[in-house]
Parts: sequence; structure tokens; C-alpha cells
Amino acid sequence: MTPRAQAWLWLAQRLSAVVLAFAVVVHLATMVYAVRSGLSAGEILDRTRGNLPWLLFYSSFVVAIAVHLPIGLRNVLAEVLGWRGPLLEIATAILSAGLLVWGLRAAWAVYAPGAA
Amino acid sequence: MTVQADAVLKVSVWRSSGPGGVAAGEGRFETFEVPRHPSQTVLDVVTHIQRHCDPTLGYRFACRVGVCGSCAMVVNSEARWTCRTHVDKVAEGGRLEVAPLRNLPVIRDLATDMSAFFDKWARARGQFAGTRSRREGFAVVEPDSEARRQVDLGIECIGCGVCYSSCDVVEWKPDYLGPAAMNRAWTLVNDVRDTARAERLAAVAGDAGCHACHTHMSCTERCPKHLPLTAAIAGLKRETTRALLRGEL
Repeated sequence: MTPRAQAWLWLAQRLSAVVLAFAVVVHLATMVYAVRSGLSAGEILDRTRGNLPWLLFYSSFVVAIAVHLPIGLRNVLAEVLGWRGPLLEIATAILSAGLLVWGLRAAWAVYAPGAA
Repeated sequence: MTVQADAVLKVSVWRSSGPGGVAAGEGRFETFEVPRHPSQTVLDVVTHIQRHCDPTLGYRFACRVGVCGSCAMVVNSEARWTCRTHVDKVAEGGRLEVAPLRNLPVIRDLATDMSAFFDKWARARGQFAGTRSRREGFAVVEPDSEARRQVDLGIECIGCGVCYSSCDVVEWKPDYLGPAAMNRAWTLVNDVRDTARAERLAAVAGDAGCHACHTHMSCTERCPKHLPLTAAIAGLKRETTRALLRGEL
């Protein structure tokens, strides 16, 4: 990977961190608020089914995670285990794709009526 | 500090174990007893050991007054200039531990091979690239300009290697340029006379350059000249990002 591509990864991780800082706060605040009168799967689905803003929020949350986490893990693996090269890039790209697919699938499952 | 006439310092000194051991970083600590003196520096202690206890001890020094940067060693786990470190300030319970700088191969005992350190200055394009010849007049650089101020903050580096020895990222990534090389690059990025800005930013970008810095700030904390090395690396991150977004990297 070229230094230019590595610089793009660095920038992508910083920008995704900005999204995550916002998304994590909203996610936690919602959880704290939602469990005040007990929490059930039914209550969650009542809130999220057919709710487009929640779908967009959790989709952006998932995209930010799919960008942020593999880049950070790539650095950790390179620094702690000394793992470098194309195999590392492929492994972290697969991880990113997995997080994106399963994350979006989960967001869709709690949005789409009857999908869960 | 007043020192008792018969006070003795117990000093553990790293001794490398022969040429094969040097390559493998092998060795052991050997303990010496050194008489205490007022205003005694760690370099005084090491010199005493070499002159009076074991003449085979290998170490490096030149100016003895904090100008040349050649006597840096790890003293009680922290990289320091031994010539400017008073024993009073670092000896714990009358004990000292002196070892070679970390992250560099040992030539012998306390002397390290600084080649990799200075090669990285070259890799970070630490050479000034100007356009004027000696037949032209001096370039005018406004002393109060922001760029000149940034140069002033980092220009006093003497290449002692203390920051390099203290950097965790250098330990994890042997190809990482390190704080001193990037500080040098930052002073040139801010030099309005320099013409190699684009090449320099490309040289310091990426996993082996400024983007690998974890901002632990060990370099800034340990620099004997108190240079803001982490801020210099952060400056390179900003400038490389600007160049990236403009398609110039």
C-alpha cells in the first residue's frame, strides 16, 4: 500500500471517529432513556419499525464502524504482531465487508416490518 | 546538595557480551562502586568507571556541556544526556542504572550505532533544497511570520537520539521515521525558501511517517531541549492531509 493510500486510511479513520463520537452518545443516551420503564424486544421494535430516521442513524453508525474498526485493527496487528503486507490488507478488508453487511442487515431487521 | 566524604554510589552498567552478543542485543548489567562528589554528573560517573574500574568500558561523549548530543544513554529507565544529568536528580537510594539508548543497535556497552537514526533524517528529506546561488543576496524571511516561528520552535535539535530512544512507535515499527527526523522535516516544510515541500510531505506520509504517531508525547516530555516534537508531527499530519485533499500528495 502506498503512503498516499495510508494517508487516506488515516483520514478515513479520523472522520469515522467524528461520526462515532456522535453516534455512540446518541445510542447510549437512547438506551438509558428507553430502559427507564423496562426494556423488551417488543418495545425496541415498536420504536424502530418503519422509522426511517432510526434506520439512517444506525446505518451511518454501521458504516462508521466498518471504516473505523478495521483500520485501527490493521494498525494494532502491524504494531503488536508485526503483521504487514497484502494478507493483512485483505484480512482487514474482509472484516470491514463483514461488519458492513451484518451491521446493515441488523439495522434493516429492526426497521423492516416483519423482517425480524 | 552536600555529599558525605565517604559516600559511594552503586552503579549498574550495561555490558554487551562480545560481537555476537552485540548483534543480538545480548549482555548483562555489571555493578561498580563509584565515590560520590558534589555536582557530579552521570557522565562523570561513567568516566570514573572507565578510568578507574574497567578501561574496557565502551561509551561515547564529546563536548560534556550539552552541545554535541553524543552522550545520551538510558539512566534509571529514561533516556537522557548524561553530561547534563546530575546524579542528585536521578539516583534512587544511592543507585544508578546506565544502559545504551533503546531502539538502536549497540556497538559496544553504552555506545549505540546511530546510522539508522540519521538515515531516517535523509529518508524524511531533511536536506534543505533552495534555488539561490551564493552570488545572489540573502532571502528575506520575516522573523515574526507564523512559518518562521514554527521553524524556531524545532530548529535547535542537535540529534542526540533521546526522543528516538523514548518513542514506543519506533520500538513497534522499526521503519518508523521517529520524532527527530520528522521535526527536521517540519522545520523545512515551514522554510519559505525551500522548494521540495511536495516531495518532503510525500516522504513523511503514511505508516512509516507522521500518520503512525500515537501522540503519546514521550518525545516531547523527554527532549532535553524541550522541543515540541509531537506538535511538529501533528503539523505534518495537517499539511499532508491538506496536500492529500488537493491531490498533491
